Amino acid sequence: MAFFSSRSLKSLVIAAAVALVPAGSAFAAGDSKPPRMQDWSFAGVFGTYDRAQLQRGYQVFAENCSACHALSRIAFRNLMEPGGPEFSEAEVRAIAANYFVMDGPDSFGDMFEREARLSDRFPPPFPNQEAAVAAMGAYPPDFSLLAKARAPTRGFPGFVIDIFTQYQENGPDYIYSLLTGYDEEHVNPEGELGHYNPYFMAGEYIAMAPPLFDGMHVYQDGSPETIDQYARDVSAFMMWAAEPHLEQRKEMGFRVMAFLLIFGGLVYMTKRRVWSAVDH
Amino acid sequence: MAGPSTYVPKSGFERWLDARLPVVRMMHGQFIEFPIPRNLNYMYTFGGILMIMLVSQIITGIVLVMHYTPHADMAFSSVEHIMRDVNYGWLLRYMHAVGASMFFIAVYLHIFRGLYYGSYKEPREVLWILGVVIFLLMMATAFMGYVLVWGQMSFWGATVITNFFSVFPIVGDTLVQWLWGGFAVDNPTLNRFFSLHYLLPFMIFGVVILHVWALHVTGQTNPTGVEVKQKSDTVPFTPYATVKDLFAMVLFLLLFSYFLFFLPNYLGHADNYIEADPLVTPTHIVPEWYFLPFYAILRAVPSALGGVLLMFGSIAVLFFLPWLDTSKVRSGAFRSIWFKAAFWLFAINAVWLGWLGSKPAEGWYVPAMQIGTIYYFAYFLIILPVLGLFETPKPLPNSITESVLKKNGGQIASGAGQPAGATSAPETKG
Repeated sequence: MAFFSSRSLKSLVIAAAVALVPAGSAFAAGDSKPPRMQDWSFAGVFGTYDRAQLQRGYQVFAENCSACHALSRIAFRNLMEPGGPEFSEAEVRAIAANYFVMDGPDSFGDMFEREARLSDRFPPPFPNQEAAVAAMGAYPPDFSLLAKARAPTRGFPGFVIDIFTQYQENGPDYIYSLLTGYDEEHVNPEGELGHYNPYFMAGEYIAMAPPLFDGMHVYQDGSPETIDQYARDVSAFMMWAAEPHLEQRKEMGFRVMAFLLIFGGLVYMTKRRVWSAVDH
Repeated sequence: MAGPSTYVPKSGFERWLDARLPVVRMMHGQFIEFPIPRNLNYMYTFGGILMIMLVSQIITGIVLVMHYTPHADMAFSSVEHIMRDVNYGWLLRYMHAVGASMFFIAVYLHIFRGLYYGSYKEPREVLWILGVVIFLLMMATAFMGYVLVWGQMSFWGATVITNFFSVFPIVGDTLVQWLWGGFAVDNPTLNRFFSLHYLLPFMIFGVVILHVWALHVTGQTNPTGVEVKQKSDTVPFTPYATVKDLFAMVLFLLLFSYFLFFLPNYLGHADNYIEADPLVTPTHIVPEWYFLPFYAILRAVPSALGGVLLMFGSIAVLFFLPWLDTSKVRSGAFRSIWFKAAFWLFAINAVWLGWLGSKPAEGWYVPAMQIGTIYYFAYFLIILPVLGLFETPKPLPNSITESVLKKNGGQIASGAGQPAGATSAPETKG
């Protein structure tokens, strides 16, 4: 913050909030293509994650995305907890064994590397954001919350209808659309190094090259080995990473609302009875 | 309002306590015997709903604080720790966040009830003003609570809102530095907001006690706007109001649960799931939905100082409302079609301003914000003062009892107005 004087920051903010300047960027959020809506197993009142899909999504993450993207809010133990991919403990121990984490300081005051335990979180591929930018040219965002942090606004009347349809999967829809939305035919204008993607929220060109190719991951369960399937699976996995208690939440919600409906009915009959003797 | 207390201590302990601190007698008077107009509709149940929302916010808030870390480097991660690792932490956190929105839905309906039925008119001016004070405290509390998450919208929302104070001549810069505890929104800002966010709900609770006290001195209004004149106009609070309020609370909790369990992030902003970054400004900085009408008023004029004054003025005008409305009758139900049209247009305009508040201040949105702002102020400063001088209200019923019996086709002549078939006279119950 030191290089912002209080006055320049203030004028910047006032300009953004108060003055009648049009949003300067041509890449305002509304300009990208709306995501293509997909059927998700976790949508709706009774939505639950598809375990096999989360496991496949984890596989795509581990073999591919994790080279650049962190997953730093997820611990290895989360992979075996109820409501998630539900790998067996042996499988998760095997996954953790592939990772080394920095620990310490020890009794000599030194940091040391050791094998990851179940309680450790996924170590990031880069030591910090600056290192990632230096290596990649742009920061590959952490996957932990991305499915909730990237939700294109729906506009009117979509946002009203969403209340009744309970549509809240615009995060995974966006990620799926982005991963499958590269246009390889597109010819970049002179000097543009990014990759054209009409779904990208923050511009037309994204720094990430198309990350998925048909057949690049071998699925054990016979699911199609296509870009479309990989994108769908990893989007679902990212939704779980962002909202690991979704199943518990929806299940509790159903019980709470069922109770309130029955209780409300009884209270209503009591209310009718109490007031029946009084004109009102 | 209430006559002599009918409280009879039942046990030895109650008699002992009653002779020393008659607190049970007071509660008995306020929540059992207290007479309420018999013709209240469901719009009069939001007071009780707001009370449970305040208690719910305080309880969930106290538990959340047990797991939250108020530091710029750790706040965001501690919220995620609550969401992921604390037992039922996701429930507490969503209850608190969605609960804030529900609190505002209820308070807006409560305020509009008051505007329509003239609840602010003599002798309830102090009651109304205390309500506006609660509303202001709620806004401050909600704003500071949103900052505590320390996401992108928290940070940039805090930057924009605190910068309002910089537009005041001479003292502006000093004032903003004092609010920030430095030269930008940073850890000291987060710490003081955390402290105040914990303090203000208890201040709200204090003003709520005064609000309820004032209510119980003047008694409630009712849809006819005619004051209670005789015992048959009222029924005792328990069981009549208790059971009706309880039913309304259950309906409200159903709405709350729907958003809490099935659309917990619908009322929030996706950008707040990105940790605060002072170097990256979000494309659109928007406040939470309940501030959007005021955000539209703020940006309606091209002058920063003018916008800020208009925004504060839009709340300040509510304090003067009891003296701005010149109507001879209290309730909007007995006022002319002009009042009803102006009132509903005001309500639609408020929602419309809210939608405009979510849009950037550019293109046709700007004149739309200006027209909306003009109507907002015209309703209070022109329509309500002038309309009351010219309009002819509909004839008022002589009493609440008369209006109720007329509505139900009963005969007015039946003694004290108690229907013949009544199994128990309400005034003897309790």
